[in-house]
Amino acid sequence: MDYFIELLFSGLTRGSIYALIALGYTMVYGIIGLINFAHGEIYMIGAFTAFIVATVLSIYGFPLLAIVIIAGVAAVLWSSAYGYTIEKIAYKPLRHAPRLSPLISAIGMSIFLQNYVLLAQTSDFLPFPMLIPDFEFMEPIAHIIGSTDLVILVTTVIVMVLLTLVIKFTRIGKAMRATAQDRTMATLVGINVNNVISATFIVGSALAAIGGLLIASHIGQINFYIGFIAGIKAFTAAVLGGIGSIPGAVLGSLVLGLTESFATGYVSSDYEDVFAFSLLVMILIFKPSGLLGKATNQKV
Amino acid sequence: MVSLKELKKGFFTSLWFVFLTFPIVVIKVDPIERTVMWRWQNALYMAAGTFCVYLLVKYFQNRKENQSSNENKAQTSSLIHRALQKPLQRNILFGVVATFAILFPHLFSTYQTNVMTTALMYVVLGLGLNIVVGLAGLLDLGFVAFYAVGAYSYALLNLHFGLGFWTVLPIGGLLAATFGILLGFPVLRLRGDYLAIVTLGFGEIIRLILENWGEFSKGPSGISNISRPGFFGMGLNLEQSIHYTYYLMILFVIVTIFVVNRLQDSRLGRAWIALREDEIACQAMGIDKRKTKLVAFSLGAFWAGIVGVMFAAKTTFINPASFTFLESAIILSIVVLGGMGSIIGVLLGALILILMPEYLRALSEYRMLAFGAILVCMMVFRPQGLISNIRRTYKFEKKTN
Repeated sequence: MDYFIELLFSGLTRGSIYALIALGYTMVYGIIGLINFAHGEIYMIGAFTAFIVATVLSIYGFPLLAIVIIAGVAAVLWSSAYGYTIEKIAYKPLRHAPRLSPLISAIGMSIFLQNYVLLAQTSDFLPFPMLIPDFEFMEPIAHIIGSTDLVILVTTVIVMVLLTLVIKFTRIGKAMRATAQDRTMATLVGINVNNVISATFIVGSALAAIGGLLIASHIGQINFYIGFIAGIKAFTAAVLGGIGSIPGAVLGSLVLGLTESFATGYVSSDYEDVFAFSLLVMILIFKPSGLLGKATNQKV
Repeated sequence: MVSLKELKKGFFTSLWFVFLTFPIVVIKVDPIERTVMWRWQNALYMAAGTFCVYLLVKYFQNRKENQSSNENKAQTSSLIHRALQKPLQRNILFGVVATFAILFPHLFSTYQTNVMTTALMYVVLGLGLNIVVGLAGLLDLGFVAFYAVGAYSYALLNLHFGLGFWTVLPIGGLLAATFGILLGFPVLRLRGDYLAIVTLGFGEIIRLILENWGEFSKGPSGISNISRPGFFGMGLNLEQSIHYTYYLMILFVIVTIFVVNRLQDSRLGRAWIALREDEIACQAMGIDKRKTKLVAFSLGAFWAGIVGVMFAAKTTFINPASFTFLESAIILSIVVLGGMGSIIGVLLGALILILMPEYLRALSEYRMLAFGAILVCMMVFRPQGLISNIRRTYKFEKKTN
């Protein structure tokens, strides 16, 4: 039973990380109908920025709390800046191009960013500093759920609630929803669509950066390639939940995280990624609109 | 020229990029030695580089706007096509290329010949993917899976049953084509971007299975000692066999170009183009969408399978590391750089992308960086590729007696 609960929590932890990344995919897709292939790379850059800042600060002897806060802020800040810039360079000029063009451009951007980090930093796995200490009150249940997992779960819940509030009640949130529903109509009622798209990229990137920071301190090491596989999996999660739907992305991520956790725990850990990809293929074949997505007919 | 306002904007853009790249480009930490390296000079390079690129882009944009657009554009883009239309020029061009291709192994070292053979393999791969992406408009990001199927079918059949290259060549192609259909069936209903992801997933699944299923594929250590292609039972030494492989590849390229060219103008090829342009209108014209897509998938996969067999025979060693997503991305860049749907474009694209990094060894680290940048720049500035495909048009001309 303990093993089951352990797997359950590890699945939930994975799922929440996927959710943080998947939200970026789903929000961007909801608004401009583009699979932002470079999103996984944003997450990787977030993790790298956090790694660099945290290591520099710890070398200069800052206290742990200050390191966590500054590294977190830096990761969010730079990831958002990357997200914003990528949109301006690689997607904005292609807004009226055929569907395949922005996708190819996104793939190019993803390859570019990976190799940019590879060249500017290193191809080795780097040890990520311990940002989250082992809490004392967690001691009795530490064999089932670690402190890091708890922090990840709590942070994810807080971020989700904040995001929901932003989207439901703020001006920019309303503008985002309006743009997602009908871009032309949104322009007609005076919404600056370009700003909304930029804002979406910024919010999505910030979430991915938080995900990057959390997972890097969970796994304890990073390299330039982590974004690719995480990006694909988060995308799987977004599709599983129904792309374009925000609750769907969260649900899909949790389902994917649990599936992976149980499959690796009870079947075999060699095929971890195969499970995720097979799940993706299955969903797209049998229920292309996802768990919570709406099936739309193509109109002429 | 560039105005003062643009200079100012360029200045701020480069400032922004310095900020953007600051943590990753300037700081380098060593977490084990606990040292920090501040590489300030990189920030300077970044600023200067961004500023120059910005001005260059602005300059070309301004020039493009000033040009009386249509006329000039049509002229420059069809330079090669116009050359090909005149029979004399075409024959001379073909003659030169053919002589060069035949003499190549005798003019250059075996190393160069090997590199050229690799480039030619990418030409065929590019032409295969060109059917799927360029003509039928189905973005396939897992193309390398079919390549792997071909390579592994030769390696395994050779290992277990001792089958020769020529026996496996069609088998490998057909196996890959079967996989193409297997993948094609379930994804028929998917739209462009979903299709891309599923094919990517498929490619990764194939690779992961090859990597993890040790009893079947020998896992990450791969299969070695695969026989080279035979030549009527004659024993060839290494140099001869490299030359032989080269000429075989030339033959393959010619056959592929011939077939793809004929396909393009056939009923099927026109159906693909119609499908790419507008699925609904295409169906309304009575084209069987399922069949057309499946044929595109399986034909594209067939060429990949053939090249896979060739690859295994050429290198005599394969392992799953040769079949990563990056490989798919390279093949896709070839098609995109060359110009989707254009045969000469793919030829040129493959030669540029594969040969350039070989000869610019100093820059080979930057190769993948350049691939990424090329994909983005091509999409933004020249979506039609280096050589755009010209659709066949028919003109009605009055007979004048």
